[in-house]
Amino acid sequence: MYRTDDYEGMLAETVTITGANGDSVRAYFARPLGPGPFPGMVFIHHLPGWDEWTKEAARKMAYHGYATICPNLYQRTGEGAPDDIGARVRAEGGIADDQVVADVAGAMNYLRGLPHSNGKVGLMGTCSGGRHAVLAASRLSGFDAAVDLWGGRVVTEAKDLTEKQPVAPIDYTKDLACPLLGVFGNDDRFPTAAEVDQHEAELKKHGKNYEFHRYDGAGHGIFYHHAPTMYRAEAAVDGWKKVFDFLGRHLGGPGN
Amino acid sequence: MCTMIAEKAPIAGSGKGPQGWFSLGQVYVSFDHPFHLDREHALNLDFVNESIGSGARVAVELTPDSARALANRILAALERAGE
Repeated sequence: MYRTDDYEGMLAETVTITGANGDSVRAYFARPLGPGPFPGMVFIHHLPGWDEWTKEAARKMAYHGYATICPNLYQRTGEGAPDDIGARVRAEGGIADDQVVADVAGAMNYLRGLPHSNGKVGLMGTCSGGRHAVLAASRLSGFDAAVDLWGGRVVTEAKDLTEKQPVAPIDYTKDLACPLLGVFGNDDRFPTAAEVDQHEAELKKHGKNYEFHRYDGAGHGIFYHHAPTMYRAEAAVDGWKKVFDFLGRHLGGPGN
Repeated sequence: MCTMIAEKAPIAGSGKGPQGWFSLGQVYVSFDHPFHLDREHALNLDFVNESIGSGARVAVELTPDSARALANRILAALERAGE
């Protein structure tokens, strides 16, 4: 946390990373100003796309001392208003997991190449991005911490697997390569409390380092202050504290 | 994408979007996160024309009860019209 006599500044802008298939992928990059060193975070946007809330969350992460990059996972679908692009992605059954994982790897490489990196990089995401965070933390090496904020379909029945999402992330649990924090609402339908239980049992079975925080009276999108029926103020305040405490411990960042 | 409940169909008709009237090419139907309606999930209708571009879109986000009422009234109207 900044002191009143600290210098404070932030730069937030569009940059380009090298993603899946060598594609140039635009990303929103928010970082604290100053020499650092700063830990890095890959922030994976949710189903509504590369939108205002996502970029606001990236700036929040930067305020807390994390150089945070958020690639536009929907770029190949087209350009336009985020909701118009998100609607098309929604209709097309999402983005292929392989492409997401490669884009996330590109974002991680971007952060690792920064002169002010402290050498630690985490990843986090909300909604479908929470699922992607679990997936990428399991399929890629090099992350030091992962945060799943109410990611749906980490547990997926075989009948619901698709060509784009052929493997349920829970089935990669043995490969999870870094500590995992999860934040969930017990009234959520995607994921249900039973699915979170199932994921937790699998993490225990494989001896993984994880912590799940689950809130009664909350559903999906606990932190979404722009959506009053989803936002849960007390859970959001506590959940953000849990996130920053976890990242502070694992990424060597400034914590709260 | 949290639910992956999505359908897509070719359609013929016209829709009026921010740029005026355009020919419809497809309809997307999903039960997933809405963009505007303040609910976790909604029945979302997107009337689009993919060949024009992403902005050629008329979006409707409905509660489940509203979606059922709409579907029933559409079928009732078509039946009365003998179509």
